[in-house]
Amino acid sequence: MKYILMMNTMKAGAGVPAWPKKDLQAHIAFMMALNSDLREGGEFVFAEGLSFPDQAKLVRAGKDGTPITDGVFPEAKEFLAGFWIVEVKSPERAYQIAARISAAPGPGGGPLNMPIEVRPVPAGPPPEML
Amino acid sequence: MKYILMMTGTKVGVDSYRAWSKKDIETHFAFLKDLNKDLSEAGELVANEPLAAPELAKVVRAAKDGTPTTDGVFPEAKEFLLGYWIVDVDGPERAYQIAARLSGGPGPGGTRLSMPIEVRQIMSRKTDEMA
Amino acid sequence: MATRPPEIPFEPLLRELTPQVLGAVTRRFHDFAAAEDAVQEALLAATMQWPREGVPDNPRGWLIQVAARRMSDYLRSEESRRRRESVVAAEISGEAPVPDGEGEGTDDDTLTLFFMCCHPSLTSASAIALTLRAVGGLTTPEIAKAFLVPEATMAQRISRAKQSIKTSGVRFRLPTSQEQAARLRAVLHVLYLIFNEGYSSSTGPHLQRLELSREAIRLARCVHTLLPDDAEIGGLLALMLLTDARRAARTGPDEQLIPLTKQDRTLWDQAEIAEGVALLTAALSKGSIGPYQLQAAIAAVHDEAARPEDTDWPQILALYELLIRMSDNPMVALNHAIAAAMVHGPSKGLQLLGALDSDARIAGHHRLSAVRAHLLEMLGEREAAITHYRLAASRATSLPERNYLLTQAARLGEGTSKGENG
Repeated sequence: MKYILMMNTMKAGAGVPAWPKKDLQAHIAFMMALNSDLREGGEFVFAEGLSFPDQAKLVRAGKDGTPITDGVFPEAKEFLAGFWIVEVKSPERAYQIAARISAAPGPGGGPLNMPIEVRPVPAGPPPEML
Repeated sequence: MKYILMMTGTKVGVDSYRAWSKKDIETHFAFLKDLNKDLSEAGELVANEPLAAPELAKVVRAAKDGTPTTDGVFPEAKEFLLGYWIVDVDGPERAYQIAARLSGGPGPGGTRLSMPIEVRQIMSRKTDEMA
Repeated sequence: MATRPPEIPFEPLLRELTPQVLGAVTRRFHDFAAAEDAVQEALLAATMQWPREGVPDNPRGWLIQVAARRMSDYLRSEESRRRRESVVAAEISGEAPVPDGEGEGTDDDTLTLFFMCCHPSLTSASAIALTLRAVGGLTTPEIAKAFLVPEATMAQRISRAKQSIKTSGVRFRLPTSQEQAARLRAVLHVLYLIFNEGYSSSTGPHLQRLELSREAIRLARCVHTLLPDDAEIGGLLALMLLTDARRAARTGPDEQLIPLTKQDRTLWDQAEIAEGVALLTAALSKGSIGPYQLQAAIAAVHDEAARPEDTDWPQILALYELLIRMSDNPMVALNHAIAAAMVHGPSKGLQLLGALDSDARIAGHHRLSAVRAHLLEMLGEREAAITHYRLAASRATSLPERNYLLTQAARLGEGTSKGENG
């Protein structure tokens, strides 16, 4: 069964953490090891990091269908930083992986304890939406 | 360049969508299917996942010993992701064009929607050019 | 369609023959799109049969025959007959024996294919995909993997590109002498993009057989051989070699980006540098300087310095001053500012960056902030440098770059010495 795991980050000023160098390296290494393990375990389907919302655009259809673009809401406190799609045998396994992501190390070396949203990815088109 | 187009909604919005007439839902369905077909045929569609059913969402954190703790409630007003499209296009203008098309789908009773679609660039694994 | 089995020894031969075979079949049947599909099938047949039967004495002739048979089958179908009556009548009723390929597939055909696949009416992505398949002889799955898109997406992209060519009425012939310059520029641009895509992709855990930068070099060599008097293709090939020479030194063990001034130069490929310099010298001697030759010259100056402190920055600055007159590209202006800073001091560089703040094409770009941060650091403005490194990181669109920029900010935040490797 496929699940999407979404990692949101708190926005703070320029949206970039001000971490000591070795904590930054530890965080990067942690994520790389996670992805490597997921690949080896055959659970990795897809993962992408998203660029920060500084240059994100909110687009709506104008009257004639042309795009109307706007910056994203500056008040939004958190934003989607990245997501994983995993193929796992049970929802518990999906939560386990999410917990691992959540425990990624932050400044000072302790776990960040980020909230990771986990949702099933439907196999076929759901009744409400394609 | 890869962009992600994100369609978000609130619980209120999704509830009202579920109350559309069957015909209106099918029309919207067909609209999305057409869009995906066109993007596929143009060689622009990389990925698309609908993520309905926010009731099934869980928010997971690691407990002190690393085991998962789960929480499931989505507040009424919270925006959540309904679905995403990842497209591979030559530049942002084309991504906005696709987003505009996605935004302007058919609504209930023959109206036209103008949903907000967030467009962000996907992080590549590339290093700087010609460094 | 099945993928090719790994590591077939005659693969380089197949790739080299692809454009020749495609040229011959297109010329005979006047349908580039269908010919391209037929050639793909012939290539696949070769990979299946030649391991068992051995490589034929006339491999090109073999491929042309197989592709031509596929084309005839296709043309016999009901729908096609209505469209191509005259061609079919000639081929079928005449029962003409399929020639063995002698004298077919000329250099002109290969060149014509380059021009067609890089036609300016195609999007860059389409031209790249089509060129890699039709001229490069790569398979759709290989190309898809190299660009990290699903195979179906890439297949459609190529299909669409061929349709575009068909509907825009591009004919299978060399451009006229009036068109030549613009069309060649388009070809060089596509090759440059392919190289760049390959070069800037970090190796990561996804090792793949196809190395786009090597493929770009191979294709550029091909064009250079076909057009030996053109200075810019020589310049482009030189630029690719001089840049590729540094590849082993660009990334660290964890995919970290290592900038030019911090690279271990013992890892640079001296043979590639030597070849690049020789090609560049030959190109420059033709007396028609162009942007690729200038970029190659700049790369050569970097590559010829044994240590970063030996870099001849005044020469680089002079070359950028020539290049900005030829090129409107704001990235060039950015690099010019760096060179100016190295020669005249960081304040001069920062001053030049100021002008770019009002250029909408680059104003919010991460590289502008990154360069500014670097120059501020050179000036000793630590706090301002940290701010701009973090701003650059928030605007970065690639993970290795973002990580690099965050690391620089972190390094400065700890007050370590300027010279330490990030």
